[in-house]
Amino acid sequence: MKIAFSTSGNDLNAPLDMRFGRAAKFLVYDTETQAFTLVDNTQNMSAAQGAGIQAAQNVAAAGAQAVVSGHCGPKAFRMLSTANIKVYTSNAATVAEALSQFQAGALTELTAANVDGHWA
Amino acid sequence: MIIAVASGKGGTGKTTVAANLARVRGDVTLLDCDVEEPNVHLFISGEPQGEPEVVSLLVPEVDESRCDGCAACSNFCAFKALAVLDKRVLVFAEMCHGCGGCARVCPQDAIREVPKRMGVVETMGADGVTVVQGRLDVGVAMAPPLVRAVKAHIPKTGDAILDAPPGTSCPVVATLRETDFVVLVTEPTPFGLNDLKLAVEVVRELGLPFGVVVNRADSSDDRVATYCREASIPILAEIPDDRRVAEAYSRGELMVDALPEYRSLFEQLYTDIVRLLQNPLIAGVARASCPCFMGGTPMPRGALQGPHC
Repeated sequence: MKIAFSTSGNDLNAPLDMRFGRAAKFLVYDTETQAFTLVDNTQNMSAAQGAGIQAAQNVAAAGAQAVVSGHCGPKAFRMLSTANIKVYTSNAATVAEALSQFQAGALTELTAANVDGHWA
Repeated sequence: MIIAVASGKGGTGKTTVAANLARVRGDVTLLDCDVEEPNVHLFISGEPQGEPEVVSLLVPEVDESRCDGCAACSNFCAFKALAVLDKRVLVFAEMCHGCGGCARVCPQDAIREVPKRMGVVETMGADGVTVVQGRLDVGVAMAPPLVRAVKAHIPKTGDAILDAPPGTSCPVVATLRETDFVVLVTEPTPFGLNDLKLAVEVVRELGLPFGVVVNRADSSDDRVATYCREASIPILAEIPDDRRVAEAYSRGELMVDALPEYRSLFEQLYTDIVRLLQNPLIAGVARASCPCFMGGTPMPRGALQGPHC
């Protein structure tokens, strides 16, 4: 399966970005091939609104079945749920640490947004 | 004449200036465009005139039986109010600005627009001043459409004074558009100066003539005055840092009612605005007599050359 991690960097040692919608990019890791690709999300960093919605479209288009990030707001959660993408939160320092947490089954799946939206 | 009272910083005295100006002027419509927290009514109350007018925004509703998931709507929407995933459209109505573009571009005719309530406009009358205020519903985040609904009550003839929301964002721009003159209220503090500069950038971008009122003026900080002088911005009035003004305010009284000696300050302010609008040579105050504004219809920027262009 493919897992999308929010990050500001370019490899597994890069920091896990606590923000989902306004992360600079997503590292999409394929557990079968153990390879990853990077999905750019910078157009959302300065978006006036709707960053979470667009970011969810980006990870869905990348074929991810799971997202690991620090937080997930209501609109992004609704998008990801619709796309059948599971959302996990982690406070890991790096993508690699979050990945090992995920593979160890140490992350719990969100059943609702864990932060409020910025627009009510 | 339509005068808007605005400020970059909140709490500088916009409502104080707008309400006192309206009181000394009389026979004027005072519109509270700070629809997130209207407060003019605390100072000029009056008998409600009719029932509150409910204001709604038209937002998209998708007929899933007709939608084929082509994403024309979500590609068109600048505000991400529609998203398409797995050929299914999700509507985020709270993001919608009500432009109606999605319904127009839908090739399947699968979108219809339905009203979504966003707030009310209330009208009150008191001693010659008609107060019109917008009140956004709790939980609604988008003010500009309601600001425009308030401004629809600007009389075709006669004078109007608009109390703008604080800041420099969309609700402020929605308030200032199509006005004749902007009064920027500030205070002689570093915050007041910083946010005044931001507000000046906005009114200059909008091409509106404007001047500054310094509230709570004292002699301790002259940086606002220095900035205005260097930027050729007229200081129209200075309201002194007078404890009695604050006391009257805290009782919900108008300054000119509680302290009649301030009447002349606001009468002079009004007179000066009228005078400035007749004088195209005063820097920053040129639109009204610029050729591009002849006949009262703004022309596209650069269509004719004048001091405002």
